[in-house]
Amino acid sequence: MALVEIRDVSKIYNLGSETIKALDGVDLDINEGEFTSIVGPSGSGKSTLMHILGCLDNPTAGTMSIDGTQIEKAKPHELAKIRNTKIGFVFQFFNLLPRLSVLQNVELPLIYSGLSAKKRRETAHEVLKLVEMEDRSKHRPNQLSGGQQQRVAIARALVNEPRIIFADEPTGNLDSNTGEIILNLFHSLQKQGRTIVLVTHDPDIAGLTPRRIEIRDGKIARNVDSKFVRDSENSRFHIESESAEETASSK
Amino acid sequence: MNLGAVIANCVREIKGHPVRSFLTMFGIILGISSLVAMNGTVKGMENGLKEALVEVGGMDKFEIQEEENLPEHQEHLDGQSPGLTMSDVYALQVSAPLLSDITPAVELTRWDGTLVVNYKKRYARPYKLIGAWSSFMEMEDHRIAHGRMFNDLDEENAASVCVISTGVRDDLFGHPEYVGREIIPLGETIYINYVPFTIIGMFELYETEREKKERLERQRLIASGELDPRKNRRRRQDSWVYRSKNQCIYIPLRTMHAKFLSSKSTEPEPVLRIDNISVRIPDISLLETSIQQARNVMMVAHRGIEDFAFRTEEFMAEDVEETIQNYRISGAVIAGIGLIVGGIGIMNIMLASISERIREIGICKAIGATDFTIFSQILAESVILSVTGGILGLITSQGVLGLIAILAPTENAPEVTLSNLAIAFSASILVGILSGVYPGIKASTYSPIEALKYE
Repeated sequence: MALVEIRDVSKIYNLGSETIKALDGVDLDINEGEFTSIVGPSGSGKSTLMHILGCLDNPTAGTMSIDGTQIEKAKPHELAKIRNTKIGFVFQFFNLLPRLSVLQNVELPLIYSGLSAKKRRETAHEVLKLVEMEDRSKHRPNQLSGGQQQRVAIARALVNEPRIIFADEPTGNLDSNTGEIILNLFHSLQKQGRTIVLVTHDPDIAGLTPRRIEIRDGKIARNVDSKFVRDSENSRFHIESESAEETASSK
Repeated sequence: MNLGAVIANCVREIKGHPVRSFLTMFGIILGISSLVAMNGTVKGMENGLKEALVEVGGMDKFEIQEEENLPEHQEHLDGQSPGLTMSDVYALQVSAPLLSDITPAVELTRWDGTLVVNYKKRYARPYKLIGAWSSFMEMEDHRIAHGRMFNDLDEENAASVCVISTGVRDDLFGHPEYVGREIIPLGETIYINYVPFTIIGMFELYETEREKKERLERQRLIASGELDPRKNRRRRQDSWVYRSKNQCIYIPLRTMHAKFLSSKSTEPEPVLRIDNISVRIPDISLLETSIQQARNVMMVAHRGIEDFAFRTEEFMAEDVEETIQNYRISGAVIAGIGLIVGGIGIMNIMLASISERIREIGICKAIGATDFTIFSQILAESVILSVTGGILGLITSQGVLGLIAILAPTENAPEVTLSNLAIAFSASILVGILSGVYPGIKASTYSPIEALKYE
């Protein structure tokens, strides 16, 4: 059984008289240890898919399981526990809490899982060491550069030893050099055996991941695993994405 | 999620906006300090009233008074109401064996007519001129300090003698503190409403324990020359408990009748009206029976017209209790309004603060905060704000009480008890909880994605 399984998942938004299908019958498996990217033009539904995968949003229809737990039946506090212990999130805008220090930000998920203060500190320091931010642990997020903030955010995502990490355009707000550092970090994390799902609109970034899922109009347009297929059509897709129509998830 | 982390988070959040947090707390500070001040003031009044109650004396007595308003079914008999007269006293003496020390009295107060007392060129306006039998002294718990009380012979002769309180002496002959020595005006002649009377006795000075302490302290200062009584003529603040007792003149009842009262011209023969009859009963357990006995006698004497009423010390105690209760309730209501305003302030700020922090709430939820975590975070923040305000309010209340003491000095100083502080403190906790619940629920029910996408 795959780590994440979604079957026939749809997400429909009702905007007054209009109904928009952001996701339309998506089936997807993500296996342990995979590094997957989800690509698609803006409005294609990739963010919606990601939010559903990350248990931040509920699908309108369909079933989903993470690590053997059925999500559509779970209660809110069970979902919170899954988000806390099985999922790590990295956002485009870093989303660190501005009033907390770097260390406190990284400790936050551990507070929610109820660890003792001493253990929290130890674990947080370990993870900060992993992202090479240990010397900044006393700083506030606004005293850090974007790349540094994103590294702290990654540390926060890793601190609870999640089964899967979701990154939503993690380099979208960074310059290309810094973005590369972050991507390298993800690659090295993957080599340690972590499962990572990366959402991006940038085919170049997607091209670096072993598995790519292309989303268009709420459907999986292509599911490429480089273990089996070599794909060279990234550039063409890129042009198409430029002209893609605004649809549901861009709202 | 552990409590320490929650509190640390709250403190950080509150410190993040020091001015806003302080302004928010201000409502609670004022509310709590006014609650404490109000309770303290009421407690002070209560002490005074209780002193007054003790002063009134034992419970083994009651008073018969004239009742102006007849019962409804007797209203047409109003004209025939005989009122309280000496014949009632004689009837009770003969026919009510349970009653002893039956003492009639007539009171002239400075409010219902002129009551002026002269001595040479000085004058005084005592509260009461009381004509009574000498047993009234025991009934009212008076103690003679100098001279003697009038006796039955004075009564029989309607002698022009009087016993005065120290307050009257102070006004007519001088206050011992200003004069420098105690004046005992026995044998002097004073004019009560222009009728000459000889002073044959003076009561002792009635004072509370506190007054006594203050007086002795003043005496010590005067004796050591640190305080010049002539320069320090602050208006004397008598305790109101004893004020009327220290401002009265007693004369024999018959003298009162002869010199100050006249019967109505319509009456065929002089009727010796009296204002009240005090009686003593053998034991408090016989109160009901004794009142019944007195009622029976009075009903016969008054031909069935119920123009009299009984006033027991119990009623008075109930009166005092009721007064205290009223003070308490009105105090609580006023302070409660203050606290509600403070609570609304906190709720308002919490609502503003969560709508400012919706994204943060979303982030917290995305990394595993449950609804309850968010709720308890907001609730704790509100409680901490309120409790901090409450503690500051407790401190401020001391200042408020000091201010009250300066602006409106009273004999019965406000008293802040531990339970008062405890009540105020719990009130601040309660206000914190009440004003945090709604913002907490509101903050916790955002779905993670809604909160994260919020701009």
